Amino acid sequence: MPEMTYAAAVRSAMEWEMAKDPRVFVMGEDIGVYGGAFGVTMGMVDRFGKDRVRDTPIAEEGIVGAGIGAALVGMRPIVEMQFSDFIMNAMDQVVNQAAKIHFMFGGRMSVPLVIRGPAGAGTGAAAQHSQSLEAWFHHVPGLKVVMPAFPDDARGLLLTAIRDPNPVLFYEHKLLYKIKGEVTESDEGVPLGRGLIRRYGTHATVVTYSLMVHRVLEAALQLEQKGWDVEVIDLRSLVPMDIPLVIESVKRTGRLAICHEAVGRGGIGGEIAARILESEAFDYLEAPLLRITGLNTPVPYSPPLESAFMPSVDRIAQSLATWLVHEGVSA
Amino acid sequence: MQQIENTTTPITTATALDWYRTMHRIRRFDETIDELFAQGKVHGTTHLYIGEEAVATGVIATLEPGDVITSTHRGHGHNIALGGDIQAMMAELLGRATGYCHGVGGSMHIADQSRGNLGANGIVGAGLPIAVGAALGFAMRHESHLVVAFTGDGALNEGAFHEAANLAAIWRLPVVFVVENNQYGMSGSVKEMFAIGHLADRAAGYGIPATMVDGMDIFSVWETASRAVEAVRKGQGPHLIEAVTYRYKGHSKSDANRYRSRDEIQQWRQRDPIDHLRRYLADQGIDPTELDRIRQEEVQAVAQALQYAEDSPWPEVRMLDDAVYALEEGDHA
Ligand SMILES: Cc1ncc(C[n+]2csc(CCOP(=O)(O)OP(=O)(O)O)c2C)c(N)n1
Ligand SMILES: [Mg+2]
Repeated sequence: MPEMTYAAAVRSAMEWEMAKDPRVFVMGEDIGVYGGAFGVTMGMVDRFGKDRVRDTPIAEEGIVGAGIGAALVGMRPIVEMQFSDFIMNAMDQVVNQAAKIHFMFGGRMSVPLVIRGPAGAGTGAAAQHSQSLEAWFHHVPGLKVVMPAFPDDARGLLLTAIRDPNPVLFYEHKLLYKIKGEVTESDEGVPLGRGLIRRYGTHATVVTYSLMVHRVLEAALQLEQKGWDVEVIDLRSLVPMDIPLVIESVKRTGRLAICHEAVGRGGIGGEIAARILESEAFDYLEAPLLRITGLNTPVPYSPPLESAFMPSVDRIAQSLATWLVHEGVSA
Repeated sequence: MQQIENTTTPITTATALDWYRTMHRIRRFDETIDELFAQGKVHGTTHLYIGEEAVATGVIATLEPGDVITSTHRGHGHNIALGGDIQAMMAELLGRATGYCHGVGGSMHIADQSRGNLGANGIVGAGLPIAVGAALGFAMRHESHLVVAFTGDGALNEGAFHEAANLAAIWRLPVVFVVENNQYGMSGSVKEMFAIGHLADRAAGYGIPATMVDGMDIFSVWETASRAVEAVRKGQGPHLIEAVTYRYKGHSKSDANRYRSRDEIQQWRQRDPIDHLRRYLADQGIDPTELDRIRQEEVQAVAQALQYAEDSPWPEVRMLDDAVYALEEGDHA
């Protein structure tokens, strides 16, 4: 299996599908000769031409809307948002249009559209270029939300997202673009809505996604040295969400922690918590649950502030350790 | 005093020398930022104003106390032309507690509110409706202040521009839209991203008078802006200026310049706005050593600003606790 970066894996999925399906095309700001702000579309215009790798003006509402319209007449557009924060400029098209069209017109139309772009902090891009706003879209029926953590998932999930008959928000993480992993260049997509247990453990279940999967796994190693063994679930997609996997895990471990980079307040963590409390796993819970999240502030610029905003490996390990000690879980 | 000919109001040599100083300060500041990024001393990204100095300097020279501006992601030059403190700017870029935003904002959010800068902006086009709102506030209070809304060419394709332009026009608000047409929005050339020849032509669709000006010539910029400002201040409604200029450096720190040629960059550099002003001043009989001295002083000042920034403390994490909400109106801690 070839090794490729996460960015190359995203590109590979787009190229695969474009080679196979003439309805698929990409549009966005600076995705042509520039190759995209993060290099994700690098070289694609040479292979597929300016028509299908289409540079747009700076007009997010226009291009997301154009993606919807093209989808309605049978195309399969992929719209790149240079930073996922800029989806804010296209909110009406995403929330009032793309998400509603299938439902509102009685199922007579569907919007097979992928909106993809980088989310997350850690690059010093400050408050308007570093957000993780996935919870907003998770809240809107009609949208699917995907957040891969590894190159093979990035490729496989994007293939599935492109083939999905619904609008899918595909969030890449800036700090993951350069990580490498083995990726099979096959036609097989990864199904949406299936989480993965990345590490088995007995003392607690930690549910996470995107960049935080890596940090939680590292934190789990630190805990292992102290004698705790935590299970780590990578959700991979938030809508649909693999709650059955979390329930099954919590029934075994009896403790649930959730970690995400996004601001804690109103975040995905609350939803996961509620779903578990509503489920049969409730009876198995032996401890109050724990959320480890971004601070309830916009993302600050200065390196020490930005690092404090994001859950770090140390913060995650310490939070988990304190929690386990408090709950009297002996290592 | 020597005076500049062919302009509506005379420019004294002293004023021209001031401009020369300001333009050098802007250039040296951004050159220094460029070096810091190259050395990996700053994280994040930045957008340099090098090549476009005549626009901010010439336009802002026409403003009066109480007037305000809205700035962009490429905002260092605007803030310096307003007289902003380069120490606090540099400290912000280095993420220090002594920066304009206490290190919270960084390159894209440096703004000196005390001098009328309502904000640099990381979101393309977002400052334009805000500028209109500031003008609305002035108009509702019958104050004679006006607003200069700086914008790039690329931003004119955002919905925000169109909504802002129309609002300003129908309410006859005191806004001067200054389009810094540096030929590109990141890699998108104006030739490909617009189906019209001159961006200034857009204004007609909103009933806004517009003027195109050579943005590499500070005298033209100043003269055009003076006229626009005068008309706007008289209550004639908004005006749009298209200043034709060029960005010498990449769009941001990660730009390989694949969308334009070295030749093109070289050609524009021949029309350098600082050289242009220098030639004028030399023609006026100013001793070149005097001009070199001014430049040298600005190089010194920027070096001191960098030293100040490097010596400044990092912000403490607990400052975030009180940073999100204002405690009371006008809480600008
Ligand atoms: C809403 C939004 N879309 C895209 C971007 C990314 N971006 C930042 S600056 C820029 C180009 C802006 O071009 P222009 O308005 O001409 O200003 P210039 O950079 O040339 O000064 C782009 C695409 C952004 N910051 N905000
Ligand atoms: Mg531009």
